[in-house]
Amino acid sequence: MSDLTQHTNSHDSGHAHEVEPARLGHSPVADIPHRPRATDTDPRMARRAERQVAAMFVLSMVFVVLFVVAYIAIDKTTSVYIPVLGDVGYSQVALGFTLGAAVFLIGAGAIQWAKKLMPDVEVVQERHDMASPKDDSTLAAANYERGKEESGFARYTIIRRTLLAALALFPIPLIIMLKDLWVPGPLQQGKSPAQILSTTLWRKGTRIVSDGTYQPVKATDLPVGGLVSAVPADLREVEEVDGNLNARGKAAIILVRMQPDQIRSQQGEGWDYQGILAYSKICTHVGCPIALYEQRTHHLLCPCHQSTFDLADAGNVVFGPAARSMPQLPIGVDEEGYLVAMSDFQVPIGPSFWERA
Amino acid sequence: MTTTSPVEKIGGGAATYVDQRLGSNKFLARNLGKVFPDHWSFMLGEIALYSFVVVLITGVFLTLFYKPSSLDVIYDGSYVPLKGIKMTEAYASSLNLSFDIRGGLLLRQMHHWAALIFVGAIAVHMFRVFFTGAFRKPREFNWIIGVALTTMALGAGFSGYSLPDDLLSGTGLQIARGIMQSIPVVGTWMAFLLFGGEFPGTDFISRLYAVHILLIPGLILALVTVHLMMVWTQKHTQFPGPGRTNDNVVGYPLMPVYMAKAGGFFFIVFGVIALIGGLVTINPIWLFGPFTPDQVSAGSQPDWYIGWLDGALRMMPNIESHLFGFTISWNVLIPAAIIPGILFTALALYPFLEAWATGDKREHNLLERPRNAPTRTAIGVMSIVFYMLLWIGGANDILAITFGLSINSIIWALRILIFVLPPLSFVITRRMCLGLQRRDREKLLHGYESGRILRLPHGEFIEVHQPLNTKEMAVITSKVDVPVLPVPAKTDADGVANKFYLVDRLRHSLSSFFYGTNIPLPSAAEIEAGQHHATHDAIEEAPLHAYEDRDELFNAHGGVLHHPGMPMTNMEQVEQGPAGTSH
Repeated sequence: MSDLTQHTNSHDSGHAHEVEPARLGHSPVADIPHRPRATDTDPRMARRAERQVAAMFVLSMVFVVLFVVAYIAIDKTTSVYIPVLGDVGYSQVALGFTLGAAVFLIGAGAIQWAKKLMPDVEVVQERHDMASPKDDSTLAAANYERGKEESGFARYTIIRRTLLAALALFPIPLIIMLKDLWVPGPLQQGKSPAQILSTTLWRKGTRIVSDGTYQPVKATDLPVGGLVSAVPADLREVEEVDGNLNARGKAAIILVRMQPDQIRSQQGEGWDYQGILAYSKICTHVGCPIALYEQRTHHLLCPCHQSTFDLADAGNVVFGPAARSMPQLPIGVDEEGYLVAMSDFQVPIGPSFWERA
Repeated sequence: MTTTSPVEKIGGGAATYVDQRLGSNKFLARNLGKVFPDHWSFMLGEIALYSFVVVLITGVFLTLFYKPSSLDVIYDGSYVPLKGIKMTEAYASSLNLSFDIRGGLLLRQMHHWAALIFVGAIAVHMFRVFFTGAFRKPREFNWIIGVALTTMALGAGFSGYSLPDDLLSGTGLQIARGIMQSIPVVGTWMAFLLFGGEFPGTDFISRLYAVHILLIPGLILALVTVHLMMVWTQKHTQFPGPGRTNDNVVGYPLMPVYMAKAGGFFFIVFGVIALIGGLVTINPIWLFGPFTPDQVSAGSQPDWYIGWLDGALRMMPNIESHLFGFTISWNVLIPAAIIPGILFTALALYPFLEAWATGDKREHNLLERPRNAPTRTAIGVMSIVFYMLLWIGGANDILAITFGLSINSIIWALRILIFVLPPLSFVITRRMCLGLQRRDREKLLHGYESGRILRLPHGEFIEVHQPLNTKEMAVITSKVDVPVLPVPAKTDADGVANKFYLVDRLRHSLSSFFYGTNIPLPSAAEIEAGQHHATHDAIEEAPLHAYEDRDELFNAHGGVLHHPGMPMTNMEQVEQGPAGTSH
């Protein structure tokens, strides 16, 4: 270590000096009155602080042992009731507490050490201007000029320009290769994103089945004021083939039933069936699924950003940030009396996008 | 006097070995004694740094167990309510981490808590830097890096929030997709490329994973390194105080005090995060169920640092334009892209804007008290109020339920308040700062009001004024106003028109707005006289008849009379009084 202290501190030379090695380059702040701590004046207090610090380090080790014990001994599935926290995993709490205590005590010990036993006299160091000395700047400029001259960067105009052009072009391959982040599926060949977003699984005659049970829905299954989340009958097979939830994300609908005379308007003539209306479930704002339906007002509320749509009035926005009405799906019944779609949605469902008219 | 232990001998040998190859002792010689100023608010940045380290450590563990895959599996872990349910591997592995891996939930919760604390500490650290003017020359670059780190931290948080693929995290992604789609011209394509087609697809989780565990942490690590190197090179700023000037740094040397304190504090932060992670549940993903694009739970809330963006989305009126067969969704674009874009750009450029407006080109190493830069402080408070209103907007449904209010009226109130409260808070803050400056001036001229009321022999009550102590004196007199830029002339001496007249005039107005209204400090002589007076009046044991003249009594600045009932003489009190009062 003597190596270190022999170096004169060039950085801060010019002041300081009759100070112990640890204070090289510093002088104490003269006009801050320093009040000695108990540990500075009383050796017994100093020894006590020493014992405190060591005790914390020892306790930390104890907690590490306890952590290991808890890891091995406590069954991971048992839970324990702790006031305020409620029912919590026993293992989780024990591991967290012992780990936390072990780590915390190292920190607490170190800080106690610093506060009680290390010097608490503030010292001063000079600052220096950030700007380089003039000589350095001159030398840097001279070196730059020399480089410019020797390379001929200024003279060889054509080299300079072609180099800059080449540098500008070389990232292009890296960007182009991002194109295949999306590889269109077999049914998406030749379609633009906008076209894909504009169609769903619904076709004329697609049976409406309730979500979860996949049972077809009859008009009589739905009482006035009722609401059912529904999907197309072929969704399950499509999901099997696709292996994703994309089709569901577009085709999900809700069915609501109201008294036919309560329906003030719809998006198309006769799109309801005996007061049963089908609307997309995907909010036209930023695409959250909507399911908060207030029977009395026929309002549908998005839980994400509180856009509110009036299903008795063509799904129009009555409040909130959504700009477009909830798309309505025209429905009817097939020969067996089950509810079916009469066509796909007439407008893209979900949030707006640039290419959309 | 000190002995060298065998370990130290080995250490010394190693130091020499390394030094002969890297010249490292030069660095050690310069830096082992490097002084760091002390203040509690300097720990805020440390908390951010240490919680980031905790995030890294716990994150590495999580990567060993988490599977970033959208493949479907049937859950068969020990969490009974979800047994037999189809879900992605990502969600299943997150559940396994929470229930089947000992300490897994602890690590997950520590990771989440540390991330929340990371972003929070960054925000408060940024407030400290802003309100004390620590971003001024020569530290503008570090401010920009700090702003970049803030955005990275938000990105890191959001990308992590979206990985478990539970219902809540998937809903966040669904919203992100909707926001992406609102971007004119390229938005739809962007969403398709990032998600590998339609939402939710099967590619995004693994892509997001790469971003979350490699790209963003790599950038944060690089930027944090530069951030710290700059602090090291430029030396930390310090608060004004006795012996502290713009040209020195007063504090404790790196070795040993600062090292022990900062190192110890790392363990404290780590330990506290472990305790919170062990005891306080965060993001109980098992309650939300697997993600599906057609379900959502009421009261869906993002993590706190995304709340303001969500609030902006909720508050925006539903404006959409249709031009030439294209759609621009202002209702999404403005709150989710344009407002954050403007805010973060303004934030990054602020040091340059302020320096341009005030014409201040000096180096600042001594922190400025917020009251001494009223306009800056007011801008800061205004921004915080603006942010808080957006944040409240993000919780409108929770507020509506908790307080039985209508969501519509909350939103309408916020839509109006967002234009009213920030300017109002600007004006009030600026006034308050100027008021505090006046009070500082008073203190310099008359000492401070001690709160001791004395009754004079002839019955009048007065309050004793005491001279300021050294510390307070140093703090108050640290105020340095930037001179107001001159009023520009329309033409110069030769009658040539000043091409930049309008710009110069704007700068003049801005600079007088910034520092022109500041209350000047009294001159040194006035301060001397004022403090002297306060001291002297306190000491004077004036005979009663001297105070029978009312005018003189009023001029006495709260002078104190000695009377037999007092426990000690004023002279004794002053001599015993707070350290450093004597001149």
